[in-house]
Amino acid sequence: MTVVHPTAGRSLWRSLVDSDMLHAFLRSRLTVVAALLTLTYLLAALLAPLIAPTNPYDTASLSLLDSSLPPAWSAQGDPKYLLGTDDQGRDILSTILYGLRISIGVGVVSVALAAMVGIALGVVAGYVGGRVDAVIMRLAEVQLAFPAILIALFLDGTVRSIWPLLKQEDIAFTVIVAALALDNWAKYARTVRGSTLVEKNRDYVQAARVIGLRPIAIMWRHVLPNVLGPVLVIATINFALAILAEATLSFLGVGFPPTKPSLGTLIRIGNNFLFSGEWWITLFPGITLALLVLAVNILGDWLRDALNPRLR
Amino acid sequence: MIAFLLRRIGQGLLVMVAVGMMAFALFRFVGDPVNQLVGPDASEEDRERIRVEIGLKDPVALQFSRYIWRAAHLDFGFSYQFKQPVTKLIAERLPATMELAFVAVSIALVLGVLLGVYTGLHRDSFLSNVFLTVSLIGISLPTFLIGILLIFLFAVQLKVMPSFGRGQVVDLGFWTTGFLTASGRSALVLPAITLGLFQMTLTMRLVRSEMLEIMRLDFIKFARARGLKNRAIHFGHAFKNTLIPVITVTGLQFGTTIAFAIITETVFQWPGMGNLFLRAVQTVDIPIMACYLMMIGFLFVLINFIVDILYFVVDPRLRHVTKVAL
Amino acid sequence: MSPEIVLDVRGLTVEFPTRNGILTAVDNVSFSIAKGEILGVVGESGAGKSLTGAAIIGLLEPPGRVAKGEIRLKGERIDGLAGEALRRLRGRRVGMVFQDPLTSLNPLYTVGDQLIETISTHRPDLSASAARERALSLLIDVGIPAAKDRLFAYPHQFSGGMRQRVVIALALAAEPELVIADEPTTALDVSVQAQIIALLKRLCAERGTSVMLITHDMGVIAETCDRVAVLYAGRIVEIGPVADVIHRPCHPYTIGLMGAIPALDGEEDRLTQIPGSMPRLSAIPQGCAFHPRCARTSQTCIDERPLLTAAGSGSAACWHIDPALTGAGS
Repeated sequence: MTVVHPTAGRSLWRSLVDSDMLHAFLRSRLTVVAALLTLTYLLAALLAPLIAPTNPYDTASLSLLDSSLPPAWSAQGDPKYLLGTDDQGRDILSTILYGLRISIGVGVVSVALAAMVGIALGVVAGYVGGRVDAVIMRLAEVQLAFPAILIALFLDGTVRSIWPLLKQEDIAFTVIVAALALDNWAKYARTVRGSTLVEKNRDYVQAARVIGLRPIAIMWRHVLPNVLGPVLVIATINFALAILAEATLSFLGVGFPPTKPSLGTLIRIGNNFLFSGEWWITLFPGITLALLVLAVNILGDWLRDALNPRLR
Repeated sequence: MIAFLLRRIGQGLLVMVAVGMMAFALFRFVGDPVNQLVGPDASEEDRERIRVEIGLKDPVALQFSRYIWRAAHLDFGFSYQFKQPVTKLIAERLPATMELAFVAVSIALVLGVLLGVYTGLHRDSFLSNVFLTVSLIGISLPTFLIGILLIFLFAVQLKVMPSFGRGQVVDLGFWTTGFLTASGRSALVLPAITLGLFQMTLTMRLVRSEMLEIMRLDFIKFARARGLKNRAIHFGHAFKNTLIPVITVTGLQFGTTIAFAIITETVFQWPGMGNLFLRAVQTVDIPIMACYLMMIGFLFVLINFIVDILYFVVDPRLRHVTKVAL
Repeated sequence: MSPEIVLDVRGLTVEFPTRNGILTAVDNVSFSIAKGEILGVVGESGAGKSLTGAAIIGLLEPPGRVAKGEIRLKGERIDGLAGEALRRLRGRRVGMVFQDPLTSLNPLYTVGDQLIETISTHRPDLSASAARERALSLLIDVGIPAAKDRLFAYPHQFSGGMRQRVVIALALAAEPELVIADEPTTALDVSVQAQIIALLKRLCAERGTSVMLITHDMGVIAETCDRVAVLYAGRIVEIGPVADVIHRPCHPYTIGLMGAIPALDGEEDRLTQIPGSMPRLSAIPQGCAFHPRCARTSQTCIDERPLLTAAGSGSAACWHIDPALTGAGS
């Protein structure tokens, strides 16, 4: 008689119960909405110069007469400015669209940079092992304990101290992207390292060495497909985190300046006027930001479940 | 166990030396210590004279040990902007941040654990789903936006809470506290919620998933089969086993708490260290930044040490060298 | 055999409602255990033996539920108990020993804490020192060496066999009338299995405790039990005195099961094997659940479900019980 583990029967129940179809359906419907929302955001950011009613960077077209107008549907609103204007008379809708470009741009570039650095260091750590591995992984641990915002603050202060003549507008993108990449590479490195360690001892790597091929090149082709899923999940979640971090830094006044406002800058500007009742300057960028992050987070959750149920 | 703790202390000291090097590099090479002593319009001869006087021409190793020696005596130089000792500036703002962080983290842990245990035990109840949905939104909303929304709602619209500052504080000589006055206490409410919300959400989700996991384990089933009371099973047996991951994650979240404290202090114009640090970054006040870096490093080491000790307190498997009797 | 019936199970049916319909994991199972008797329950994984035990002590995990039948402990209905009444039953009147001693004990408490906790939960009248005395004497009873020192040791400081002794002490802490032992030796080294079984047998004999011993190991059954019930696809296919079931099985499944045990005397060097495997719960065949694997299947077996009927000194559920078949295994 074969001895099967006695809980085998029960885990069958468990999996039946856990894969509740109603739940899955609701969840996937939410995911569809999130995906559509994210796509809309991406398109809006990409096409901002074409679809925005005005160009917020064009200071010549601004008129202080139009400053701090409420949204179009309220009594004092101007139909020209759907979501109202800020203190300088900039159209909020247009500024949000241009701000989205910045937010999403920072997200994409920093995620790509962190992923490249992280994957490369992960493969090296896993393949070379020994002291190199220990150093890289210790560094990764330290990085994971330090939030991007702190790194960005120190970096910003340092950069502006060394090059005092640079304008905030010019360094903001570089500083924030660098800080985010510096903070996030560790997560990729850990995943890739684990996968590399597994592949390293496989027969084909040894075989490749025997026939004179560079094993790291061969391995790379095998490691990559294995890590693609987890990397995609990490990237999605990091994308949301990067957008949040950029908005936070801009809100704190060390990110994008009011002359080139991101969503966080707009919220910061609006925050000064909240007490005088001009809520729209803060509220609309705030909603835009929150929805974007929520949608990407939902997508990330779904990806995680769909691609790799073990990664929790 | 003693050996382990000693090794941890050693590692902590190493981290402090590394952090000290970074702070020193920041202080010495990024900033210009001469600026602390003279105005930016001082002549080059004056600057050169002062450089020699305060030892900036000495070997770097000597300067570094001097910096660490002074830091150990809580001397971090003068702030460029305030023209005051950095230590004094920090000391003035330390109580505000500590009180805020203490209240926020306490609320976050207590509420997070309670909600986590509840949602873990009643996984399909209506209330659990409400908590979980709200927590997903809470995790997606940036901290500063939550703070702004709270201010808008409770300070601007309802006018029941102050929107900024610490309220009235009582000076105890070495410490200023907002706990002793009504205005001080009510000023704490909104910032503490803002700062604690993220950690509460995180704790709740963590405790929930750990509870779900542990309630399936054999020793819980065995505790049931022994006829123990629900309260004993849920809190004595299940919850106690979730403590290790909760301690780990709470310790790891320390950096996030600091970052969020900066944000919260900015939103509520809270006169704390985060606010001071942000101002220092904006005005490139390097001595303050260097001191803040050292402080973060020290707190980081300290908290990791406390976490290690808590592991020993909670988990007997670490306390005893395993000696198996046959 | 003592006439006093401790546990009486009648027509017990355990169901799991799922989206694809209701799955019946335990189907119309009836048996009883007398005072001091040891009943073995044997069957393959998924035959429903553990679920039967879980149903008796009220530990079925939702959505599993007792759909039909009655469970009586000394004449008192205990199925359908809930809350405080169920809690008072567990440990106090029915004890349970689980399979894996490594995971049955909470790693964060000493074995003494866990014993004292169990004792004082069920005997609130005992003082702290009296509860401690009892805990100590239990540890001595189950054969923990240097019990006094070990009382405040943690589970990880014990070996697997010693931990299972502690688990048995915990199950017996409140002097229950019935102990359900669910594969108590499966997770242990072969060398300690026999010790644990002997210990369980001795302790229960001393206390007059009845035992329901769930296992898939016919060897353990043969050594330990007074009677044995054979489960297949949630149904009892045969039940009777242990010697008869082993040496003169009536049901074709039991016969096959006995044929699959290697004989030590080596007279027969070929193990017989039952073709196929037990059906999944979602696809239990009509009629006799065993018919697709049975060599003697007839149209009746396919159409109608056999009930337990007297066969030899026990009973079996088969349409083909005849004198020729009875005794085929001897």
